Amino acid sequence: MSITATLIGQIITFAILVWFIGKYLWGPMTQMMDDRKKRIADGLAAAERGIHEQELAEQKAAQHIKEAKEQAAEILAQAQKRAAEIIEEAKIDAKAEGERLITAANAEIEQEVNRAKESLRAKVVDITVAAAGKIIKKEIDAKAHGDLLKDVVGQL
Amino acid sequence: MSSSTANEASGPSAVEYIQHHLHNNSIGDGGFWVVNLDTLFYSWLLAGVLMYIAWKMGKTMTADTPSGGQNVLEAIVEFVQQQIKDIFPGSNPLIGPLALTIFMWVFLMNAMDLIPVDLLPSLGQLVGIHYMKVVPTTDLSTTFALALSVFALIIFYNIKIKGPIGYLKMFLFHPFGKYLIPVNIIMTAIEEIAKPVSLGLRLFGNMFAGELIFLLIALLGGASLLGLLPQVALGTVWAIFHILVITLQAFIFMLLTIVYLGMAHQDMEEH
Repeated sequence: MSITATLIGQIITFAILVWFIGKYLWGPMTQMMDDRKKRIADGLAAAERGIHEQELAEQKAAQHIKEAKEQAAEILAQAQKRAAEIIEEAKIDAKAEGERLITAANAEIEQEVNRAKESLRAKVVDITVAAAGKIIKKEIDAKAHGDLLKDVVGQL
Repeated sequence: MSSSTANEASGPSAVEYIQHHLHNNSIGDGGFWVVNLDTLFYSWLLAGVLMYIAWKMGKTMTADTPSGGQNVLEAIVEFVQQQIKDIFPGSNPLIGPLALTIFMWVFLMNAMDLIPVDLLPSLGQLVGIHYMKVVPTTDLSTTFALALSVFALIIFYNIKIKGPIGYLKMFLFHPFGKYLIPVNIIMTAIEEIAKPVSLGLRLFGNMFAGELIFLLIALLGGASLLGLLPQVALGTVWAIFHILVITLQAFIFMLLTIVYLGMAHQDMEEH
C-alpha cells in the first residue's frame, strides 16, 4: 500500500489511452456531432425558409385571384354595357327602319291613291262623255268640248 | 470464519482475510521498485476494452441512425463536452480526450469494485495466483499515476500560457501581493501540490474504503449462517450505493482535472 513503480506503467498506459481515445473516439465523434448539429440547423433553416416562401406564394396567389376576379368583373361590366349599347343601337336602327318602311308604305299608298284617282277620273270622263252622248243623242266631240270636260273632271 | 475458498489457504482469521485481499500480486524487492501485476493487468484489460470500444465505435458510427451503443457514447461525450464548455476557458484539443479518458477509464476501474470481492481472487487461486487486488483504483500507484499526469499537464500549461516568468510571478505575488513574497511562495506551493495529492488521495480513499466495506460485509456471511441475511441485505445496499460512488468519483476526478487545467489556462494579471 504505497506508491510503487506500477505508477510508471500506469502513466504510460494513461498517455497511450488518452492519445488513442482522442484519435479514434473523441475526434471523429465530436466532428460527427458537429456536422449533425450543422445539418439539423440547416434543415430547420430550410424549413423556416420554405414556410416563409409558402406564405409569400399564398399571398401572391391570393393577389392573383383578387386581380383575376376584378378583371372578370370588369370584363363582365364592359360586356353588359356593350350588350346594352347593342340593344340600344338595334332599337334605334329598328325604329329608323320601321319609320322608313312606314314612310315608304305611305308614299306608295299615296301613289296608289293618286293613280287610282287618275284612272277613276279618266273612267269618269269616259262614262260621262258616253252618258252625255246618250242623253243628247249626239256625239260630243271630245276634242271640241275638251275644255268643258276638263272642267267637269276637275270638279270631281 | 472465512467466507470463501480464497482464504482457506491463508488461514481463517478476519484480519488475515482482509490483509490477504489487500495484498497486491507484485514482483520486485520492496521499496519503490515494485510492480503490481494485478493492478497493471486489470487496468490494461480495461484500457483494452476502452480502446476496442473506441476503435469500433469510431469506425461504425453514423450521423443518421445511431445505434444503442453509439447513443450511450454520444451522451457521455456530449456530457464531457458540456462540462468543458462550462468550465474551461478558451479551447485546447487535448482537454476533451483527456477528460473523456479519465472519466471512462476511472469509471471502469472503479466498477471492478462491484464484482463480488471473492470471485476473481478465488478464480485466481484455482490457477495458482495467490494474491489478487481486482480494483486498480484501490492502488495508490494508479490514482497517483493519473494525478501526477494531470499535475504535469498543469505545470506544462501554466508555463506555456503564462510564460516561465508569469508562472514564477504567480508563486511570488499570489495571493497576497508583493509585500508578503515568502508567504506567497509557501501558500502557492501548497496550493499547487495539494492539487495532485487531493486528486490521487480522494479517488484512492473512496475506492479503498468502499472495497474494505465490501470485505467486511463479506465477512458477515462467513461468521455464521445467521450472518448470511445481513450480508445479503447490506451487500445489496452498499453495492447500489457504490454505483453512485464510483460514478461520482470518476466524475469528480474528471471535473477537477478540467478545473485545474482551466486555471492553468487563465492569465494571472493582477491580484
